[in-house]
Amino acid sequence: MSGPKGPNRPDAESLASVGLSCPVPTGEGDRILLGHGSGGKLSAALIRDRFLPRFSNPALAVLGDGAEVVLGTERMAISTDTFVVSPLEFPGGDIGLLAVHGTLNDVAMMGAEPVCLSTGFVLEEGLSLTLLDRVLESMADAARQAGVPIVTGDTKVVERGKADGMFINTTGVGRLRDDFRPAPDQASPGDVVLVSGPIGRHGIAVMAVREGLGFDVDVESDTAHLGPLVESLRAACGQHVRALRDPTRGGVASALNEIAAASGVAISLDGGAIPVPVPVAAACEVLGLDPLYVANEGVLVAVVAAEAADSAIQSLRAHPAGAESIQIGEVKDRPAGMVTLRTGLGGSRVVDMLPGDQLPRIC
Amino acid sequence: MMKFLSEYRDPELATALVSRIRALSTRPWTLMEVCGGQTHTIVKQGILDVLGDSVEMIHGPGCPVCVTPLEQIDRALHLAGRPEVIFTSFGDMLRVPGSDCDLFQVRAQGGEVQVVYSPLDALELARANPDREVVFFAVGFETTAPANAMAVWQARELGIKNFSVLVSHVTVPPAMTAILESSDNRVQGFLAAGHVCTVMGWSEYEPIADRYQVPIVVTGFEPVDILEGIWMAVKQLEEGRAQVENQYARSVRRDGNRQARDIVSQVFELVDRQWRGIGEIPMSGLGLRDEFAAWDAEQKFDLHGIRATEPAECRAGDVLRGRIKPIECAAFGKACTPENPLGAPMVSSEGACAAYWSYARYREGGGGGEESAEQSTEVRS
Repeated sequence: MSGPKGPNRPDAESLASVGLSCPVPTGEGDRILLGHGSGGKLSAALIRDRFLPRFSNPALAVLGDGAEVVLGTERMAISTDTFVVSPLEFPGGDIGLLAVHGTLNDVAMMGAEPVCLSTGFVLEEGLSLTLLDRVLESMADAARQAGVPIVTGDTKVVERGKADGMFINTTGVGRLRDDFRPAPDQASPGDVVLVSGPIGRHGIAVMAVREGLGFDVDVESDTAHLGPLVESLRAACGQHVRALRDPTRGGVASALNEIAAASGVAISLDGGAIPVPVPVAAACEVLGLDPLYVANEGVLVAVVAAEAADSAIQSLRAHPAGAESIQIGEVKDRPAGMVTLRTGLGGSRVVDMLPGDQLPRIC
Repeated sequence: MMKFLSEYRDPELATALVSRIRALSTRPWTLMEVCGGQTHTIVKQGILDVLGDSVEMIHGPGCPVCVTPLEQIDRALHLAGRPEVIFTSFGDMLRVPGSDCDLFQVRAQGGEVQVVYSPLDALELARANPDREVVFFAVGFETTAPANAMAVWQARELGIKNFSVLVSHVTVPPAMTAILESSDNRVQGFLAAGHVCTVMGWSEYEPIADRYQVPIVVTGFEPVDILEGIWMAVKQLEEGRAQVENQYARSVRRDGNRQARDIVSQVFELVDRQWRGIGEIPMSGLGLRDEFAAWDAEQKFDLHGIRATEPAECRAGDVLRGRIKPIECAAFGKACTPENPLGAPMVSSEGACAAYWSYARYREGGGGGEESAEQSTEVRS
């Protein structure tokens, strides 16, 4: 991405006349910005322009939550994710829990049955071993509950200041099934859009701790393994399940935009139906954020055939993490590639991909 | 808190107000909502859709991010790039394009830029980092002025010398007057900004309503507030009245907030101020009084040599004055998008151009037909 164009930079002579040399970079767009990690348009452009052309292959080109590879007669799913959350522990979880849930969820969204996990750690010199122990316990518990072993791993240590406590990578391998193949490009007009629970909890819980907001935000991260929910969906609806996403960074809005773009359909949301917990809504009001773009770690969005909507919702509600599952919209043919939202007043608006991170508003 | 909000978002109440506005208007009236927060609600809630032809809303210049002049942005970028400086700002100033780059890019180059939620957080940062210079970007209308004034006041009281503010404060009434004075003005009534009036009250609007014979309704920010404000303004127009009325009575009193006004006038004085896209408006800004010069970043770092001219293809000035709708600008969606904004109204979520981009784009593109699909392809390419 190139930066903003400006033919009229502060002229060098006027700067020199007051003894200043302008430290403003002139080589625009030549560095990684934080926004490149936001899951929005900058992230998409980074991958499209720099990674894809160089790593090009058919499995990668699908750009799903993970890749499909064939080993002998078996189709396998493989997905990798790296976790860099700050603070390392937050209300409702820690980085270890996220590292296991996040990757298992990506495998689950492909419709695969998880087989095993690997993990890699970058540890910062000076990290508390007690804290490391707590994170490892979290990972072990989460893996045990999911019934998925962590079968290999790696650790590296870097000098103090070179990493934010610890970074964790996990890779998950799963077995794909022939009769259950949800994918982002499978949504078609007439389908309905479901969400498995209240949105925005993880992002707001982390932000409340990290930013020191100065007011109490009574909300915990929703981090959860979504595999059991997907398994219920499969049992109840099978091939009627078109697309599954876990809307992590970039939130529900970005996940639905990806589905709309991949399937070449429009997604129309009912603004009043989207479940936003009161503390999340309140924190978003104060900060000037939109909950549709806030990260989740224990919520899935599902596009299912209309005739399967009721049984899909019932099957999700059988799980604690899916108890508040609800329909939030439907798939239409136009405007293709876009997500729109009907407001309570009967008006409508576009729910776009964000260029980068959401920015708190001035007033 | 949400209980209070949901009352002002009640769809039934809002729909009833829309019917009343439509029934009341005998002709299409043209109103301006002054504040960017109101623009945000109007577009986000689809209020333009439901009003139909009864009222045309022009989006006013009340977005602090949008009207902060390019020169001040360049000065901010310069400061943020200095090794001794920790530059602090409200979040949505970070993506505002300067002549060459934005604060995000300066941060990627190694400049220390921090988002704060209050100027007092920046002051605290200065206290915690005595070997660094902490600069706060003090932008905004009368709404943010009291807290910013308080930070400077406290810096002096506490003897904190490594704190300063880069000031680009503006005030609402001179901008309204400038709009009314312009030869091609179409605005027949105003929704004044509720938050600004919470601080300042509304008595200063009475001479404007009187002199230019325009209704001015102090209005809140929720859908029901805005629709009621529109209804009150239309009622005045239909009855041939031009008065200042207060829709936002739960927050605004005629004299505003005395304590807040006092601290503002103790720390700041009225100065001439450049508005991005509009130019200089006399006595339309707030600058630090001489006795606070030691906390004025422009003087401390001698920034007067940094000058800038705005890109000619950006028609932000015409948008901010209500002369064109964002979608009528040739650069809209082509040379100018939220990823690559030419001007500030495309940056802030309160900016008229960004609001159109995010929320209203496909309507304008033909009501959701083929044209809009093409538009969206363009967006993603």
